[in-house]
Amino acid sequence: MQLSPQQKEYWAKNLRLTAVLLAIWFFVTYVFGWFALSLSKVIIPVLNFPAAYYIAAQGALIVYVLILFYYAKKMRSYDVQYGVDEGEQ
Amino acid sequence: MSAQVSSNRAFFQQLKKYYTWYTGGFFAFVIALAILEQMGLTRQWIGYIFLFATIGLYAGIGIMSRTSDAAEYYVAGRRVPALFNGMATGADWMSAASFIGMAGGLYLQGFDGLAFIMGWTGGYCLVALFLAPYLRKFGQFTIPDFLGARYEGNAARAIGVFAAILCSFVYVIAQIYGVGLITSRFTGVDFTVGVFLGLAGILVCSFLGGMRAVTWTQVAQYIILIVAYMIPVVWLSVKQTGVPVPQLVYGGQLQKVDAKDRAFRTDPKEIEVRDIFKARAAEAKARIDALPKSWEDGKAAAAKKVEDLKTANAPVADIRAAEKALADYPASPDAAKVAWQRQVTGNTARSAPPLPMAEPFATNKTGEAGEKERDVKRLNFLTLIFCLMVGTAALPHILMRYYTTPSVNEARVSVFWSLFFIFLLYFTAPALAVLVKFDVYTNVVGQSFANLPAWVGAWQKVDPTLLSIVDINKDGIVQLAEMSIGQDIIVLATPEIAGLPYVISGLVAAGGLAAALSTADGLLLTIANALSHDVYYKMVNPNASTQRRVTISKILLLVVALIAAWVTSLKPGDILFLVGAAFSLAASAFFPALVLGVFWKRANRAGAVAGMFVGLGICMYYMLRTYPFFTNMWPEWKMALWFDIAPISSGIFGMPAGLLTIIVVSLLTKAPSQQIQEFVDHVRYPNIKGSPREGAPAYMGH
Repeated sequence: MQLSPQQKEYWAKNLRLTAVLLAIWFFVTYVFGWFALSLSKVIIPVLNFPAAYYIAAQGALIVYVLILFYYAKKMRSYDVQYGVDEGEQ
Repeated sequence: MSAQVSSNRAFFQQLKKYYTWYTGGFFAFVIALAILEQMGLTRQWIGYIFLFATIGLYAGIGIMSRTSDAAEYYVAGRRVPALFNGMATGADWMSAASFIGMAGGLYLQGFDGLAFIMGWTGGYCLVALFLAPYLRKFGQFTIPDFLGARYEGNAARAIGVFAAILCSFVYVIAQIYGVGLITSRFTGVDFTVGVFLGLAGILVCSFLGGMRAVTWTQVAQYIILIVAYMIPVVWLSVKQTGVPVPQLVYGGQLQKVDAKDRAFRTDPKEIEVRDIFKARAAEAKARIDALPKSWEDGKAAAAKKVEDLKTANAPVADIRAAEKALADYPASPDAAKVAWQRQVTGNTARSAPPLPMAEPFATNKTGEAGEKERDVKRLNFLTLIFCLMVGTAALPHILMRYYTTPSVNEARVSVFWSLFFIFLLYFTAPALAVLVKFDVYTNVVGQSFANLPAWVGAWQKVDPTLLSIVDINKDGIVQLAEMSIGQDIIVLATPEIAGLPYVISGLVAAGGLAAALSTADGLLLTIANALSHDVYYKMVNPNASTQRRVTISKILLLVVALIAAWVTSLKPGDILFLVGAAFSLAASAFFPALVLGVFWKRANRAGAVAGMFVGLGICMYYMLRTYPFFTNMWPEWKMALWFDIAPISSGIFGMPAGLLTIIVVSLLTKAPSQQIQEFVDHVRYPNIKGSPREGAPAYMGH
């Protein structure tokens, strides 16, 4: 079975999306985690939280949820665009 | 196709209706109990009613969903809508430890405890991006199934089965332990009776209906556990801040708690108490140094005290206490050394000043030693997050859930819903920890012993390891250092701390029970399926009929459940430490082989088998030689930590080693066959035109 150019492009797009979202995931988790101590003195205005605690307890989690929401939405549109979708749902 | 679509849609609407009614009915049930409590229903009865009503409910769902069809039994007929699969995964995921222990851990560890919050949510990003949609497209029954198909044969499958059973079994013991603890505490039945009562609930459900029954029960359990978790913390938030959204407003309380922690470090009264503990530790140390003479002296002194009291005609209670002290006296100098060493450790720990709650990687050391300790703590924080995340994306009982959705797209959406429902509880847990701590710092610490809140006395009586406050410096005022508090009390006592009626305490217990039962359900099913489907059907008897496979699976489920309950009833307290280990084990054994299986066509059988073996091997080796549970048994095996990494994070060595081994060995050996390469393409695309839409292609053997 030979993959069509369209199908190959679908997989490339998928890999790119995965890489981008993974980079965001890595940033909010590890880059932030590494510098947590420097952020602990900052108080986020309005929310009135110490920044380090807020990011680890809520901020990062919200980003994770958004990553998954965007991934599901975007992949669905790729599925349709490149004709590999499973039909009407 | 379109008939299928409209039937799926109708099914979804029907489910929505059922569960809306169910939620309404549940609220009505709680309100009715609250009214009955006002009319004089006793606490014991409230406990019984909650226990039997919820277990009866789960059993009822199990009976209604009974099935002997293989697809229904193993993967709930693959028609669980994304939203409901998300709820079921949430309940499957959130264990007794998440529900009861997590907020307590955050209370005690402050910022550093947030590693669990981030790790156990961020892992779902890996589940979605690397695994769930591809496993759904593969569309078989178990995780070893995928390994067997992708890596051609039974070697990879067998290692997969071994690893799946290893991590699931340790995990299920912890759940059953939680079930026993909750039922015995809230109804007064014996621990072992509690274990078997809970087990009955699990079994009726999963035995009759397999994955199908477990799924619908887990949705019901999720609703109970999230309601039970939210009510007390919302109430506490209203009480303290006037706002019913604790997650938004606890920042201010956190800063106040943090400031108090800092003040306690220099408070003269606190220092006085901590110095007393320091002196006690030094005194125990001196006794150890003077062994064996100190042991003989102590024994003679204890015996003499009994004699003196008897000759002086002291009150019976005093004589009894002295006799007990003599009877409990260490039997030999060696036993004394162990017991006194424990006193040194305990008293030294209590002589340490509190660490500020919001400060990352806080330490009591100063100067260069402080800098070094901070770096070690940061390293362990980050590696623990890594192991928990990768472990999440490799635990078979979670991955298995994504086989149950109707399509690849639904699987992706379903991971989103899973994380969303888990997120609801996990972003509330830190709020609960902070609000309870604020309450304790305001209404307990600094108050006189004469007028402490009622819940303090009540819980001290239940179990002194959960809460004990003793006036160490005899000033009649509670100092923070005089208080020792256990992790599990935080969630269980919150309703009383918030001043809610007892029915809410019963509700929280029911929530904890739901969390433990739902996770145990999923785990037992994983173990039984690995044995019946992968070992019996795929390796021993490939010609077995569907009927026979399901029957074997049910029998195995019963056997595994009974073994697990038996192990639990021995109360292997130490084994609970190993739960964290399940994540590192799963991460090392499964993650590299699963992910490379989808993303790298060149990965082959030899590479995967070697990689899983090496990953699991290194992870287990590090644990066996560093985990106190093992090193206490074989002291000569104990070794120094590598790079100061805690044993719980041993996956940080196992996972990369496994990944590297797969790559190197695969490149050194022959590329996988054309058939396997096509298999990978089949898994990567939700639908490759030219292959039939429905049903599996020929090379999958069905």
